[in-house]
Amino acid sequence: MLEENNLSTACRAASMVEEGRIHKQLYSDEAIFEAELDKVFNSTWVFIGHESEVPEAGSYKTAWVGRQPVILSRDRKLQLHVLENRCRHRGATVCEKRKGKSKSFTCPYHGWGYGLDGSLRGLPKEEEYKGVFAKSDMSLVNLRHETYNGLVFATYKKDIEPLEDFLGGAKKWIDLFVKQGGGYPLKVLGEHRFNFPGNWKIQLENTTDAYHFPIVHKSFISSLDDQTADIFDFLDGEGFVEDLGNGHSVMVMIPELTDLEENLDEPIPERFQKLAEELRQEGVAEPEVKRLVRAAHGTGFNLNLFPNVSCSMAFFRVLRPVSVSETAIHHVALGGEGAPEAFNRKRIRLHEHFQGPMGFGTPDDGEAWERVQKGSIAGPDGWIMVNRGIKNLHQSPDNNPAGEVCSETGMRAAYQQYKKMMSSTEDK
Amino acid sequence: MQSDTQLLISVSEFLWYEADLLDHKSYQEWLQLWTKTGFYIVPAELDETDYLNSVNLAMDDDEMRQLRVKRLENGESVSAASVSGTIRMISRIRIVESSDDQVKVRLAMTLNEMRHGVLVTYPAEVEYTLNRSADGFKIEQKVVKLLHTESYLRTVSFIF
Ligand code: FES
Ligand SMILES: [Fe+2]
Repeated sequence: MLEENNLSTACRAASMVEEGRIHKQLYSDEAIFEAELDKVFNSTWVFIGHESEVPEAGSYKTAWVGRQPVILSRDRKLQLHVLENRCRHRGATVCEKRKGKSKSFTCPYHGWGYGLDGSLRGLPKEEEYKGVFAKSDMSLVNLRHETYNGLVFATYKKDIEPLEDFLGGAKKWIDLFVKQGGGYPLKVLGEHRFNFPGNWKIQLENTTDAYHFPIVHKSFISSLDDQTADIFDFLDGEGFVEDLGNGHSVMVMIPELTDLEENLDEPIPERFQKLAEELRQEGVAEPEVKRLVRAAHGTGFNLNLFPNVSCSMAFFRVLRPVSVSETAIHHVALGGEGAPEAFNRKRIRLHEHFQGPMGFGTPDDGEAWERVQKGSIAGPDGWIMVNRGIKNLHQSPDNNPAGEVCSETGMRAAYQQYKKMMSSTEDK
Repeated sequence: MQSDTQLLISVSEFLWYEADLLDHKSYQEWLQLWTKTGFYIVPAELDETDYLNSVNLAMDDDEMRQLRVKRLENGESVSAASVSGTIRMISRIRIVESSDDQVKVRLAMTLNEMRHGVLVTYPAEVEYTLNRSADGFKIEQKVVKLLHTESYLRTVSFIF
C-alpha cells in the first residue's frame, strides 16, 4: 500500500519538473519527500565519504544513505565495508560515534558483537539459538559499495550499474579535483556540520549556482585582498556549466584553476607569499613550493554529483535530507596526506574563512536558502525558475550541453535526473 | 583552592562587560578588549586541543577578528542583517589558574537568538586566558565550546 502511494506520489512529483521550471511544492510536500527517499536515495549511488576518513584497520565513521544510518568501516585486511547501523537482534544502532577506531561493534542492548566487516562474532547465551539460526546469517546488512579515486559510494539498488558508469563524464573532473593534495594523496582534515530549515534540493541547486555569488557573498568578497577578489569576479569570465549526464554537472568558475598541475611557473600571488616562505623554511624545494601554493587555492570548479555531494572548489559539500523542510550539511575540509604542515594549515584557514556555519560565506547562503523555503509556501500555486541561459547553450569539447557560468544548466541536469528517477517504475 | 573573591569579582566584571558589548553589537569596543596576539576560537571538535592544525568553526587572529566585525557591520551580509539580537547569560565562573600576569577562567554560557521568529539557544562552555595589564584585563584567548558542536549548528552571524 505504502509502495503504491509512493509510486503515484513519485509520478506526481515527476510531473512537477518541467524543462525550465519546477513546481514549488517539491520543497514542501511531505509525501513527495518520503517518495524521494525511496525513488532517489535508495535507488542510486550515494556518497558516503572519502577513504582517508577511515585510514587504518579498525577505523570507522558513521554516515547516511538518505535518512538511514550506516557505518563505513575498514577491516583488518584493510577492506572497506558499508554496514547498516542496525543490530540484527532487535534493531538497536550498534555505533553512535561520528568516527573512531574499534576492533568490533557491540550492540549495547543484549551484547551481540559484530566484526568490522559486519559479521556476527559472538553473543551472550548463544545456546538458546541452537537450531534457530546460523550466526553467519545474522551479519549486519552490507551495502554494495564502490570507490572511485578515493570517493566511496554505496547503494541500496542491487542491480545498479557500476559506479564508474554512473559517474561517467564526471570521472575526469574527479581526477582533476583530487590534484589539490598538491602532489600528496587527498586527505580529509576535518569538517563543519550545520543544518538549515529547508528542502535538500535547495542545497542541491546551490552548488551549481554562480549567479548568486557576487550578491549573497558580497561581504566575503569585501574581506579579500584585491587580487583575490578579482579571481572571484567570474561572472563575466570564460567559465561555463556543463551537463555531464546522470544528473551530474560541472560549473567552472575560474578556468585558470582547472588543472592544478598546469601553469606551475606562474609567480606566487601576494596572498600566498607567507605560505611560500613557511614552506621554504620547512625545507621544501622551490618547484614543490610552487606546486603546493597553486594547490592551496583549490580548484576553480564545482563538480556536482547527483544526489548528495559536490566536490566544491576546495572541499566536499555533502547534503543529507532530514525532513521535507530540514537538511543537514557537512563541509569537509581537504588537504594532502603527509604534505607539509604549513600547506594543510593554510588549507584549513582558507576553509574556515568561507565555509561552515560561522564562515564569511555560508551564513549568507543559509539565509537565502531559508528564505527560499519560506517563500515557497506563499500562494497555492507557483514555480521555481531554472531556465536561465536555456536559449544560449553550446556543445562542450566532450560533446555535452553547456551554458554560461551563471546559467542554470546544472540545475536542469539535476532535475531531469530527478524526474527520470521519480517516474521510474522499475523495481529495486 | 584558595578563594580570591576580589579576583573573581574583577574577572566577572570584565566578562560581563564583554558579554554586554557583544549583545549590544558594540563590536569596535569589543575589539579593544584583545591583545594583538589573541585568538578567538570556536572549535569544530570538542576534544581537539591543537587548534592551529585542525578545522575550527572560527579561528580568528587579530586580522580575522577585524574582518569578522567588518562583515557584521558593513551592511553587506544579508544574514547579519537578519539577526534581531542576542541575549547571553554567563554563569558558573571559575578561576582555573592565576599568576601575576595571567588568569585562566572557565564558565558556562547560554546564548539565545531569535532567528526568523524561532528561538535558537546555544549552550557553551567558554574558556578564557586573560592577560593582566595596567589598564585591566586583555583577552589572550577565548575558546567557545558549543554543545551543538557534537551535532549540527544553525548558521551564525554574530559573535559568541
Ligand atoms: S538489540 Fe542488539 S543485541 Fe539485542
Ligand atoms: Fe553561496
